[in-house]
Amino acid sequence: MLNTPPCVGSCSEFPRLPRAGRRGADASTVCAPAAAPLGAEKAVTCLLSLGWLVPLLALLGYVGHVFLGQRAKQWSALFGIVALALGFALSVGMLAQTIGGASIDVSVPWLSMGGINVPMGFSIGPLQAVMLTMVTFVSCFIEIYSMGYMKGDIRYNRFFANVTLFVAGMLTAVVANNFILFFAAWEIMGLCSYLLIGHWFEDPANGRAATKAFLVTRIGDVGLLLGIWWCFTLTHTFQFAALPGDLAALHLPAATLNAIALLIFLGAVGKSAQVPLQIWLPDAMAGPTPISALIHAATMVAAGVYLVARTYPIFQMAPSALFWVGLVGAVSAFIPATIACVQTDIKKVLAYSTISQLGYMMLGLGVGAMEAGIFHLLTHAFFKALLFLAAGSVIHAAGTQNMHEMGGLWKKQRWTAATFIIGSLALAAIPPMSGFFSKDAILAAAYVSPDPVFYWLGTVAAGLTAYYMTRVVLMTFFGSPRSEHVYEHAHESPAVMVVPLVVLAVPAAALGLAAGFLRHLLAPGYIKPDVGLIEFVPLLFAIAGFLWAYALYTAPLARRAALLRSPLIAAPYTLFKQLWFFDHAGSVVTYVLGLGPSFVIGAFDRYVVDGLVNACGSLCLWLGRMCRRLSVGNAQAYMLTIAVAVVIGLVALQFQAMGG
Amino acid sequence: MATGGFPLLTVLTFVPALGAVAVALLPGEAKRAIRGVATGALAVPLLIVVGMLFAFRYGQAGLQFVQRVDWIPAWHVQYFLGIDGLSLVMLLLSALIGVLAAIASYSIDQRVKEYFVWFLILQTGILGVFCAQDLILFIFFFDIVLLPMYFLIAIWGGPRREYAAPTSQIYTFTGSVLMLVAFLAIYFLTGAQSFAIPDLPALISQHIGHGVQLLLFAVIFVGFAIKLPVVPFHTWLPDAHVEAPTPISVILAAVLLKIGGYGLLRIAEPLLPVAAHTLAPLLGVMGVVNIIYGALAAMSQHDFKKLVAYSSVSHMGFVLLGIAVATPLGIAGAIFVMVSHGLISAMLFLMVGVFYDRTHTRELSRLGGMYRTLPLAGTILAFAALGNLGLPALSGFIGEFFTLTGVFGSFRVLAFWTVVGLVLVAAFNLMLMQRVVMGPVRPEWKELAPMSARELVTLVPLMGGILLLGTVPAVLVNVINTPAAQIVARLGGG
Repeated sequence: MLNTPPCVGSCSEFPRLPRAGRRGADASTVCAPAAAPLGAEKAVTCLLSLGWLVPLLALLGYVGHVFLGQRAKQWSALFGIVALALGFALSVGMLAQTIGGASIDVSVPWLSMGGINVPMGFSIGPLQAVMLTMVTFVSCFIEIYSMGYMKGDIRYNRFFANVTLFVAGMLTAVVANNFILFFAAWEIMGLCSYLLIGHWFEDPANGRAATKAFLVTRIGDVGLLLGIWWCFTLTHTFQFAALPGDLAALHLPAATLNAIALLIFLGAVGKSAQVPLQIWLPDAMAGPTPISALIHAATMVAAGVYLVARTYPIFQMAPSALFWVGLVGAVSAFIPATIACVQTDIKKVLAYSTISQLGYMMLGLGVGAMEAGIFHLLTHAFFKALLFLAAGSVIHAAGTQNMHEMGGLWKKQRWTAATFIIGSLALAAIPPMSGFFSKDAILAAAYVSPDPVFYWLGTVAAGLTAYYMTRVVLMTFFGSPRSEHVYEHAHESPAVMVVPLVVLAVPAAALGLAAGFLRHLLAPGYIKPDVGLIEFVPLLFAIAGFLWAYALYTAPLARRAALLRSPLIAAPYTLFKQLWFFDHAGSVVTYVLGLGPSFVIGAFDRYVVDGLVNACGSLCLWLGRMCRRLSVGNAQAYMLTIAVAVVIGLVALQFQAMGG
Repeated sequence: MATGGFPLLTVLTFVPALGAVAVALLPGEAKRAIRGVATGALAVPLLIVVGMLFAFRYGQAGLQFVQRVDWIPAWHVQYFLGIDGLSLVMLLLSALIGVLAAIASYSIDQRVKEYFVWFLILQTGILGVFCAQDLILFIFFFDIVLLPMYFLIAIWGGPRREYAAPTSQIYTFTGSVLMLVAFLAIYFLTGAQSFAIPDLPALISQHIGHGVQLLLFAVIFVGFAIKLPVVPFHTWLPDAHVEAPTPISVILAAVLLKIGGYGLLRIAEPLLPVAAHTLAPLLGVMGVVNIIYGALAAMSQHDFKKLVAYSSVSHMGFVLLGIAVATPLGIAGAIFVMVSHGLISAMLFLMVGVFYDRTHTRELSRLGGMYRTLPLAGTILAFAALGNLGLPALSGFIGEFFTLTGVFGSFRVLAFWTVVGLVLVAAFNLMLMQRVVMGPVRPEWKELAPMSARELVTLVPLMGGILLLGTVPAVLVNVINTPAAQIVARLGGG
């Protein structure tokens, strides 16, 4: 089956849907529209066949950090930056080709084990090209920004090394054409996330946050593993291209397909921090802020969404699973949005907002609007990276993350404030910002779906989003300074940090223009449902949220305090402040299923199992002593023993003879 | 089955024993010479195995490099050595670990001569176990392993060595006696006139009834289960590990435990395939229990070394699972896990030693902040712990992933339980890292000596192997595919 030589590309007419390759290693290179002459496009196709180079460049950057980084001092950052910039250039070229209709899927033999063949390979289509472009762009500017933010950090090179390895993992996950490579990259991302959350490991709280993040996502990962094994057991392939077709050909019962899809989805729930596994993401804010921007907002957490999109054909065969995707998405859009409204830490607000926005993406996928979900993934990546970096600029200047100590920073940080506000408008989905178009597409699809509750959860969450972002902007940049010390201390960040903010603000503001283009690229046949004026309902909610927050946070503090005394407000306030008790539940689960059994087994092992072993030993010793007592050295005693033995023997023989 | 030719396996096996004689003849004060001779005598088998890698015919089923002569003709015992791919990888692993452990033993400073004499005899026993193709010869080497272990723990061990050394001896010796009883029973029941492993399966299926086969399998299984170890026969292991000096812990975890898995694959499964098939679900359940029990017990430990010891218990559960699956994929997965665990556990125990030599404590609560105080050592420990938790691109992942792929096909319910174990395995490894390398720098450990070149020499080959097997697993898998398929074919033939 694996006789195909590496990288055999055959140019052929381009079918609009990804060709369901046969299982195993088949290389299907489909390039350029059919009309183009074959010879001319050969050179062009080569660009796509270099798709593996994008992650490899990042990996080389990592190797550079590891072996040369210490010596290069602050210039070590350039290893990653240059690698990512080259990767970005290559990605743009590939994106241009996929617009032209090209795609590629190449595998080479990797492992033949116990009678199964596992090829390794990559594929590039429109979805991959778009993702690669976004990831390399965002991560490149985040690394540039980090040169300023992490300046003077004692583990500066280690930071950049881990970030670059992370990007290599993310890019690998994007281009992987099979579950094994995808999962490997997925775990490498998790590792880097873990290492970077624990970057300042001297504080035990950061170590705990890192461990928590790894373990909670691990729960999702084992679900994904089960899904992968189940798929393989049925179809004998790990290839994304072949799986859906092979599964469909088996005419499996709906329950099986739903179970498989839900197990895969469990992996996405963990990685994308969806309810109820969202509890790790806010704690992950313990990492340096550029990490929050890159890993815990723009890219890694979106990998869960990408996973569902990558395996979407499986989900389309499993309607119940798709319903759960939508439900989890809608709930994850709503609950964290409520929590974000009562946070005082600027990064925590953004963290909960990230969960909420990822919920929107899942919601989009759940209601069948895959392209809308991916579009929101893209816009969110830009504006959330922007927001985190701008927040980082504020934290850098103010020396605190507590918004109660900020206020009036507009005067000190014009650029930061302006870009933060652009990001906020995009997040709150105010036209003509990018977020409006992507969120609008999701909610329109939700409206026409059979489950209108998804739409309403999303719409209310849109109002909450505008509320909490208005609150953050007002508390941080406007009003009078609440802490003289912080205000005195504050200053605009250096250019190396401000320029990335400005650069990221451009797509955050303007990517909406590309809505039609992206839709055409990612889902050619898809037509956005026309819902008439309903389209503007979420916007009305957003305006209401803005007005409410404006009224509250420009009013004196006493007014807000008074409001909290009313039970109608106080009860939900407590609920939100306590994070809907998810973390409490998480602790209970940890004790009931982890630490408790571990304590019991530890004690059982020490006292019961080992005790029994020692008891056996003691028994032997005791028997030995008993026997020794028999050997009293008295001839009469020995004779008596012999006599008794002989009698017993004779009696036994007698019985045997009778029995016989 | 060709006999004759150059007795390569005999040379391989007995060069360390010759080295023991040479070391014994040296004066005890000549520590450098002793270390040099011992290392040389351990390096020879490694070189021979590496050479054999090139001469070995990988696609060919059956034994190679065979040497077969009568040993005790009256009882039909033969001196019968031979290797297949399974033996080959085990030899490579043991020879490599032998050299690395010898280098790690340079820090032993008391009774150096005696130490290396025992060490070299131990290595002969280990290499012999993996070459022997006659049951009595196997038991012979199996018991040769026991004696040096006793002295190495009892003389150079920690404070509770006088408890740990006899416990592990009595335990393992019980296993060996049980096996001997079963082997003799097979000999007499079949009237085989031979103890040669390849001769027996056909005779057993002819002459021994199903019920007796089950009994024999159970007895042999317990013998190897003690060695592997399988819960509840495992409590000797943590004690032995805690008291053993670092290099001996390395050998114990990396190689000696593998004798349990190897024995099941070499002897129990091929000789008694029907019983193996009948009891497979039970073995699978025991494998899952091992994984979960070992991981939970590891989580509850306060002692660095004990935690790593229980981690071994947990990982050997995957070996048992793979064997229970009894498909080519499952068996190959089990062998892969054995090799991978050999490398990773060796690293972990070496790292325990690195930290213990500097801090003189293994209390996890007293360690911490080592990323900062010993950045290189902290990073290497993190590497080992991540390999241990099954991070992709490192060898642990490949073995576990494909074993469980096989498990899912055969015992779906067990696969669902196993993933609970995967979360717990991650948990104790993360807790380990959190307690040792993260956290604030402790004032008492501010000034620790950085890692020495000698320590790095023992660790770097292991890291390289772990990374190689994790990214290009084919280098190992291509060796074990044939024996795995052969074991399964025999099972099917039973």
